[in-house]
Formats: sequence, structure tokens, C-alpha cells
Amino acid sequence: MHAGREFASESEMTQTQLQSAGVVCWACGAEHAAGAPVCPTCHKVQQHAAGTDYFTALGLPRLLQIDVAALEKQFYRLSRRLHPDLYATAGEEQQQWSTEQSSLLNDAYRTLKDPVERTRYLLQLEGASVEEESEKDRAAAKASGKAREQKVPPDLLEEVFELNMQLEELRMDSEDADLKQQLLVARNGFTAQLAACDDQLRHLWQQWDAAWQSQDESGKSAAKDKLVALLNRRNYIRNLVRDVNEALGE
Amino acid sequence: MAERERIVGIDLGTTNSLVAYMEADGPVVIPSEDGTRLVPSVVALTADGAAVGNAARKTLVERPQDAVYSAKRLMGRGVEDVQEELKLFPFRLAKDSVPGGVLRLQLRDRELTPPEISAYILQQLKRNAERYFGGAVTKAVVTVPAYFNDAQRQATKDAGRIAGLEVLRLVNEPTAAALAYGLDRNHEGTVAVYDFGGGTFDVSILKLSDGIFEVIATSGDTHLGGDDLDNLLLSVALDDIAGDMKIDVRRSPEAVQRLRNAVIDAKIALSSGDDAEISVELPGGQRYQRTITREQFEELAEPVFQRTADPCRQAMKDAGLKPEQIDEVVLVGGSTRIPRVRTLVDDVFQLSERGKKPHTEMNPDEVVALGAAVQAHILSGGSTVTEDMLLLDVTPLSLGIEALGGVVAKIIQRNSTVPASATEHFTTGVEGQTNVAIHVVQGERELAADCRSLARFDLKGIPPMVAGLPRIEVKFLIDANGILHVSAREQRSGKEAEIEVKPTYGLTDDQVETMILESFDYAEDDFRKRQGIEARLEAEKLLELVTKAPSDPAWKKLDATEIASIAESKAELEKLKDSDDYKAIRATMEVLDKATRRFAELMMDDAVGGAMRGQTMTEAGEHLGDGPTAPHPFAPAEIEER
Repeated sequence: MHAGREFASESEMTQTQLQSAGVVCWACGAEHAAGAPVCPTCHKVQQHAAGTDYFTALGLPRLLQIDVAALEKQFYRLSRRLHPDLYATAGEEQQQWSTEQSSLLNDAYRTLKDPVERTRYLLQLEGASVEEESEKDRAAAKASGKAREQKVPPDLLEEVFELNMQLEELRMDSEDADLKQQLLVARNGFTAQLAACDDQLRHLWQQWDAAWQSQDESGKSAAKDKLVALLNRRNYIRNLVRDVNEALGE
Repeated sequence: MAERERIVGIDLGTTNSLVAYMEADGPVVIPSEDGTRLVPSVVALTADGAAVGNAARKTLVERPQDAVYSAKRLMGRGVEDVQEELKLFPFRLAKDSVPGGVLRLQLRDRELTPPEISAYILQQLKRNAERYFGGAVTKAVVTVPAYFNDAQRQATKDAGRIAGLEVLRLVNEPTAAALAYGLDRNHEGTVAVYDFGGGTFDVSILKLSDGIFEVIATSGDTHLGGDDLDNLLLSVALDDIAGDMKIDVRRSPEAVQRLRNAVIDAKIALSSGDDAEISVELPGGQRYQRTITREQFEELAEPVFQRTADPCRQAMKDAGLKPEQIDEVVLVGGSTRIPRVRTLVDDVFQLSERGKKPHTEMNPDEVVALGAAVQAHILSGGSTVTEDMLLLDVTPLSLGIEALGGVVAKIIQRNSTVPASATEHFTTGVEGQTNVAIHVVQGERELAADCRSLARFDLKGIPPMVAGLPRIEVKFLIDANGILHVSAREQRSGKEAEIEVKPTYGLTDDQVETMILESFDYAEDDFRKRQGIEARLEAEKLLELVTKAPSDPAWKKLDATEIASIAESKAELEKLKDSDDYKAIRATMEVLDKATRRFAELMMDDAVGGAMRGQTMTEAGEHLGDGPTAPHPFAPAEIEER
């Protein structure tokens, strides 16, 4: 992980990323780029600009390798400017802006500090869709008892087939110790595959970041496709582990 | 700089409530008029109006049906989900209570919602603060259990509004405690706050870094506290009495209340002694007596103590931490004085094996209020004491929407830093459909029916379109108080959808509004009563003077008409003085005063040689009492003012 990358300061943020039309700060009258959460001159909260993405909210370029410790510092620094506690006795409008800007900042930090969520979010921003079943689908599938429809990664077909048989057997005889043992072994296998996915993920981050920085469009596109496939695979395996855990009552 | 706003910190507790303020050298608890720092969270209605705290405790013992305590347990709850509480606590619901309706308690001749009851406590704390400052207090930070849901938080905010307090922030109790502890130490690291109070249990894990207090995870149980221990001891006593003494006192609220007080005393004594004596006189004159040892108590209460362990483990799991990664543990709440609770905390967080001790330096009853005062100070702009201090708290429960089949789709996960938001898209299922119903719930269970229902609302005014075509964007935002706000927009037509969020259990804005007006009415009522009392006292004073008048030499100088008119207005005043109509009393006093004016002058002439001509009776009386130059039988008695 490249720990050395610097985070943009507020003034840099406004210069490098937000080169859209300028707006005038309501508090000090200084002009700054639209979309900045706080005025670079007087540090007062600004009106929330619709559609600000999480990277922008934290003053980051769209790169996937993030130094989480530096991210936390940036999050704290912006929190000290935006948090509603600082506007508790201010006018209603400022309170509203501060709440909106803070919620964006918090949502952004929560998403970007998590490796998988960060990747998924970036892919979505870049127009790729990850086959993530929504919480709603999962819950609905569970309630109706219907199997979820997901593409099985071809290399896992055999293992998944066997696992489903074992899960079915366990449903008929929940006390079968041998079966439980087999399931534990299977789960450990899938957990190891999950870890392998995470290693690959970090590798693909490098590919994406290099392509992004050199503005290599075909490189970006290739990295994106691989990331989508990897996340789908990871998602599939994670669900398998979850199913086994649930079957084992863990 | 404009004068800083005076914002107080309030701990609205299940058992006791406190108000605190940040002075230059740190937060202090503001005492009550009687000098006590804790205001018992007891509200009583008496002939003279509402009494709060120690003043209400007397009523609680003498006329339990006119008093209520632990009302915090009912905040934000509906009639159907307090059935358990009703078995354990002497809450009396209003007669016409129906499931789904607003919860109201019968208290004397009135029906009050839990926010109104809490408002009386807040009003008392507000008065205490106003006496302390000698000026108005209108803004406060109020603490709530971290595990309070949206409805319970909203109810607390409503209580503030009813009491005439603007609640600038609801702060979670364990977080407030961490703030109070964080003041006098420059700590970095991971801290767990174990807050076991009178009615609620919370555990929060915070990361302290450079003045930022970031809550990483929180868990708890809003119905677990010292009250539960009292109930265990109480049921033992009631069983004893029914079994050994063959008396069933369960139907006697007075006896139950006396027993409750006795077992609470015993519970407290068992934190320092090995055994405690319970001795209560029962109706009929018999005395219930028994000794309870600490061992017996611990065995009895162990299941309650154990219920605090799971939330601790859950919070550590959610924070991704093992016990050995928790640097410090802070104990908050009166129940943490119990020795067994301390050993349990030690086990759960593996303290003594790491050579550590929990923090108990600050008074566990006061630390939350002190922390609230610190937060209030930060909100008012802070100072060098609180420089760089910032609290980042989380929502304790996941927010979800009921999806097909009654299952919950989570949209904001628990332990997300607040403010937090989520945007969801909805569409229609039938051609031409103009409404979409949305059910918002809070909780961790998979079925909506098992979660706490927060609101059901309709997205209305959707332009009629082919099914599935409308795209309605709904934004859910949990603010820094942990309270949900919802807004919606239909994106295809660009039409802002009309949205009506109806709280499932809470009070509507209009209802709260009428409660505020009612409390003003009562203030008016109080004022009228006080005026009536003052007028009566003055009338009695005047009548006493007039009654003695005929024995004065000056009386003989009055003619028959004058004497008749004095007698007439005297009789009138005697008739009126005990009424509530202070205006009529005052008017009649004036008439009587005028009728006796000449007599007063004559009397003065006699006494001081006409120096005070033109005075009325009352004024003469006042002056005559002034000094040694006025030796006169009419001099008013010294009023002892304290």
C-alpha cells in the first residue's frame, strides 16, 4: 500500500477537483469552487451540492489504494469543520447544511475505509454494475424460501454442488456429526478462497490506480472488468460461508 | 463578543435527574433549593399542582396513586409494548387506553403522557438552574441511553419542548460520561463505558484521539437496570409475606411502596455490608422482618447481572476488538456500586489479569450530567478547556424498510456515525398507482414485525404512469440526535412528492403544541392560586385591624353612616376572602380601605399629631410599624419571612 500519498487540503480540493463554476461563500463573500463542503477562506460550512461523490467529499482522487490512517485524519479534520455541534446555535439553514455535509462525510468515510465497499462504490461511480444482491433481495429470498439466483463461478461449480447436497442432508438430520465435520472443512476451504480474493483485490487496485494516473482508458476498462468479476466471485463465496454458518447455527 | 448563550446539561434519569453547568474551572452540578444534587425522578400531583423530586416522594408513600416514578421506562412506547412493565411497576394507564393509541397514565385527576411527566422533571431542573443563575434558562443538552430508539429520543425531545426547553442536542449517556472523564486527562486509546443505571443499560466503545471522541460501537438494553434488582427483592418480600405471614399486601399500593423503599435501602446497604435488614410495618400493624445476605442477593440477581455481559461482548465484536484491546473501562450509573457488577466487568474486559482497574474516580450518579454540561459548553462555542474536543457518535440500531414478505431491508447499519443517510428508490406495482406505502423500522431482527416500528407513511401524489416507471427517491437521514428525517422526490416527473411521516407511537407536533399550551395554562393557574393566597392573607390582616378599630379612641369620632359603611364592606370582605377570586378580594379591600380612611386619619392625628394626613388604613398601618415613633395598637405584627 502506498502510504505516502498526501491528502488534499481544503484549498487544494477546490483547485484540483472542483473546477466547475465558482460560488460565493455566504459567510465571507470569497469566491470558491462549487461543491466544496467548507469555504477555503473562512472555513464555514457551505450549502450541500447535490451529487457530490464520496471521493470528492473526502478530497480524494478516484484511486483505490488508500492509506486508512491518513483517511482517518482527513475525516477527523473535516469533521471538526462540518459537524452539527459547531452549528448548534447557528441559523436553521446552516444547521441543515452542516447536517447534510456531515452525513455525506460520514457516509463517505464509512464506505471508503472498507476495502470491498470502496471498490464496489468506485465501480458503481465508473458505471460498472456489480452483481451484488441487495439486502432487500436477500431478505425476500430468505422469507420466500426461494434460492437466490446467482451465477456460479465455473471453477466452483463442483464444490458448490457438493456443498448444497451436504446442506440439504443436514436439514434432514441436524445431528449428523460427520456431516457437520465435512461442512466445517468445506467452510474453511471457502474462507481460504475469500482471503485469496482479498489478495487479488489489492493487486487489481494497483492496476486500476496505475491506469487512472496515466489516463490509460483501455487499462482502466480492463481493470474495471477484472474487479467486477472478482467482487462477484467474492460475493458468491461470502454468501456460501454465510449459508454454512447459518446451517451450523453459528 | 455577544454574551454566550447559557446552555445547561441535563441527565434525565430513570431514578434521579440532575442539571449541570460548565463553569470556568470545570462542570458543576447545580443543586436544588433544598441543597440536594440529585432530583429523584418522581412526579406527584397534589392539591397545589405538580411536585417533583423529594417533594413528590412523600406523596409516593402516602398516596401512591397520585405519584409516578421511573416514567422513563415508558418514553416512546405504545400501550401494547408496556404490558411487562405494568406487571412490575405501579403504572396506571388511563381508563380508555387502547393498543395503538398514545400511552397516557392516570395521575390523580389527570391523564398524562410520559413526555409530559418527564417535562415536569425538566421544568424543575430548569427552575433550579434559573435560581442558580438568577436568569432565564431556555436551552439544554439532554442525555438519553445510547440504546434509545428513534421514538424514545423523539419523546425526550418532546418533553423538553413541553417544559419550555429547547433541546439543542440529545447526547448518549455513556458518551457524555466519557466526555466528563476525558476533560482532565489527555488520553488516547480505546475506552469502554459500562453504564448500568436505574432502568437502562448501555455499553459504548470509544476511540479517543487528539480530542476526538469517536464511538465505534454501542449496545445495550433499555429495560435493564437497578429497578429490575428492586423488583426481584420485592417479589421475595411479597412471597415471604404471603407465605409465612399469610397476608397478601399486593393490593395495597402503600404497603408495596413502603416495601419497595425498604428493599432499595437493603440493596444499597449490601454494596458495602455482608447483610442487610429489611423491616417494614404492614397494614394491620404486623411487622415484616428479614435479613438478606450479600450472597443471597447475588445469587438472586445473577441472571440480571449476566444480561449486561452479552451487550458488552456484542459491542466488542461490532468494534472488531478483543477484550485485551480495550485500554480503559469507565463505570457509570448507581448500579455499578454493586461489588458483583464490578467483578463481572472485570471478567468481561479481562481487567485484573492485565493489571488494570475500572475507572470509578467520578461519582457514577453525577458523571453523565457533568458530561452533558461539557457538551453544552462545546455547543455554545467552547473555550480553551474544550478546545478541539468533538464527539462523533453512532446510531445504536439499524434502520430498515419493510420489504415484500414482511422482511426488513436494512438501509443504515447500526453503529454508523451520525449524521448518516441512505437514499432508496421506490416504484409502483400497478398502472396508475399514485401512492406508495413505506414502513420504516428500527432493529436487528429480520422480520419487520420483530423490529420497532418507527413510521408508516405514504408517498402521495405520484403522477399516474405505467407500473414500475415512476422512480421515487426517498432520503432517510439520521441527525446528530439519532432522530430520523425523511424526504422524497419523484424523479421522472421532477415532482416533489408530498410526504407525511406519521410516527407510530410518538406524539404529533400538534399534540406537543397543545401540551405546551396546557402547561402555560397551568402556569396561569398556578399564578392565580398564588395571587389568591396573597390576597387572602392581606385581607385577613386588614380585617384584623378593622376588628380591633372600635377599641381605639378615634372610633368614637366617626358618625353612624361611616360606621355602617365600614361594617358593610367588612362583612363583604369576610365573605369573599376565602374564595379564589383574588380580583374581587382586592376590590373589596379597596372599598374597605376607603371607608376607613377618615378613621385612619383621626387615629393618626391622635398618634402623631397629624403628620400623616391623607394616608389610608393600610398605609398608616405600614408606617406605624416602621419605628419607635409609631407606638400604636394597629401596628402590624412582624411577619416572619424566611
